[in-house]
Amino acid sequence: MTEPNNIIVEINDLSKSYRRGGQILPVLEHISLNIEEGTFLALMGPSGSGKSTLLNLIAGLDQADHGVIRIGGVDITTLGESELAEWRARNVGFIFQFYNLIPVLTAFENVELPLILTKLSKKQRREHVSTALELVKLHDRMDHYPRQLSGGQQQRVAIARAVVTDPTILVADEPTGDLDRVSAEEVLQLMERLSLDLGKTIIMVTHDPRAARKANLMKYLDKGILANAPEATFTECS
Amino acid sequence: MLLKLLLRNALRHKLRNALTVCGLCIAILAFGMLRTVISAWYAGVEASSANRLVTRNAISLLFSLPLSYREKIRAVAGVKTVSYGNWFGGIYIDEKNFFANFAVEPKAYLEMYPEYIVPEEQKEAFLRDRKACAVGAKLAKRFGWEIGHTITLKGTIFPGNWELVLRAIYTGREKSTDQSQFFFHWDYLNESLRKTAPSRADKVGFYMIGLTKADLAARTAEAIDSMFQNSFAETITETEKAFQMGFVSLSEAIITAIRLVSLVIIAIIMAVVANTMIMSVRERMGEYAVFKTLGFGPMYLVGMIFGESLFITCFGGGLGILLTFPVAKGFGVAVGDWFPVFNVAQETIYMDCVAAVAVGLIASVFPAWRAVHVGIAEGLRRIG
Repeated sequence: MTEPNNIIVEINDLSKSYRRGGQILPVLEHISLNIEEGTFLALMGPSGSGKSTLLNLIAGLDQADHGVIRIGGVDITTLGESELAEWRARNVGFIFQFYNLIPVLTAFENVELPLILTKLSKKQRREHVSTALELVKLHDRMDHYPRQLSGGQQQRVAIARAVVTDPTILVADEPTGDLDRVSAEEVLQLMERLSLDLGKTIIMVTHDPRAARKANLMKYLDKGILANAPEATFTECS
Repeated sequence: MLLKLLLRNALRHKLRNALTVCGLCIAILAFGMLRTVISAWYAGVEASSANRLVTRNAISLLFSLPLSYREKIRAVAGVKTVSYGNWFGGIYIDEKNFFANFAVEPKAYLEMYPEYIVPEEQKEAFLRDRKACAVGAKLAKRFGWEIGHTITLKGTIFPGNWELVLRAIYTGREKSTDQSQFFFHWDYLNESLRKTAPSRADKVGFYMIGLTKADLAARTAEAIDSMFQNSFAETITETEKAFQMGFVSLSEAIITAIRLVSLVIIAIIMAVVANTMIMSVRERMGEYAVFKTLGFGPMYLVGMIFGESLFITCFGGGLGILLTFPVAKGFGVAVGDWFPVFNVAQETIYMDCVAAVAVGLIASVFPAWRAVHVGIAEGLRRIG
């Protein structure tokens, strides 16, 4: 359920640390962030700054040490493992750097995968998958296996898989990190379209300033502390 | 869709999985063959009837009993029929042509063994002719004997050449009936002994006793043995099953060793399948992380891993079971001298199935546990 002020992601005083050989390494410290519905947020920062950790926490892939993460009005820090899995299936679409398609399934079957967990009939699933593949302009490649597709095409299939369940948020971890410039541009345009035309809320972790330019909000994470992107980043982006 | 995924995963590493299936097929085949050898060992015990008793000398089978015991035994309550005989131990042409041969009192003996099917006219011919012999169909086939042939046995326990005319060929009513035995008239043996070794005449190696009811076995056996207690030839009477078990127990150590080897084979193949599954799961840890990310719970992963493992083991096990029949047939022909009944029992097939399924399940416990317990973030790091 969306908050009255259209805040879809609400993070309050979030902290996370990892334990390495008896040492506690803080990764995120007292992070607070509100993201409005339909925002395309680019999360930047140097390696090891905690970007992916923050993304994993927002997506319900990891547990925070402290703080609250409320997505669409649901405090996901209070959910157990199985509840979290169910919540992810309904509310989060994932786009990974290395596409993470299942190699033994066709493009169609990969996109259909998240729908297996829904109550949709086979016919309804087929319709949803067709719509998603048309959206990424890969309807003619539905019977191809990932190995028969280029990197850019595989990432578009991954995007179709991410949107097929019409999730509350889309999270993308370096979605163009493994692509050439042309393919990266295609993928970014597609994500921009998802945000502008379909009003999708997207949270994207990226190192690439060109990718960040497509976003309408940019945040910078350094040593576990969140800030607005420094001037240099804007300059580089523009 | 998940079934499709399971099958495609199982065929993903064709060579590796083909070798695993091949190994499993051989293991199940070997397991089935060893179990069949054990069953063959017990074939005599299995074929025993509950309403037949065997009486022998209390000291040993090597010692005989007087023929005069026959009438006394016949008078015991519960006894329906009494036959008797001797292990003859004759050799046909060469020692390697081994088969069991007995001199028996034929009329009561055949009555007591309804599982030996003999054509009526052959039976009459056999009973009429003192120099006649009756053989099992398998034995007749082995040596190409036909009705009317003269067969000469060279006696070892009872020296001399014993010429016998084949008058009857019996077949088995049950699959487990031994069709490789040789019988001839005890009277013929005894008459000869009266002339050549009178001290050995009128003595029998064992009495076969048919009971009116199977549940009288214990009481009748006790009555017979107590009747000859403190005589110069005391007896031991036991059920035919116990008598046969006595022979089998002589080979107990070998049977135990075969049992252990069959279990070791299953343990080895379990390790091989577990290794295959561990490799597969390790390679796919990233994919399982993707499944978890998409919201698939642990049971889906467990189902996929167990399903793939069971597919491999059931396929390999099925091939092994199918091969067991022709291999057992060939083996049975090769070792027919030692195992007259060598059939793959239904029980063996059930055990094969249980072994294949157990291997599939146990081999996937650890890989499934790992796949379920590896964190999503860690699993995703394994990609790229």
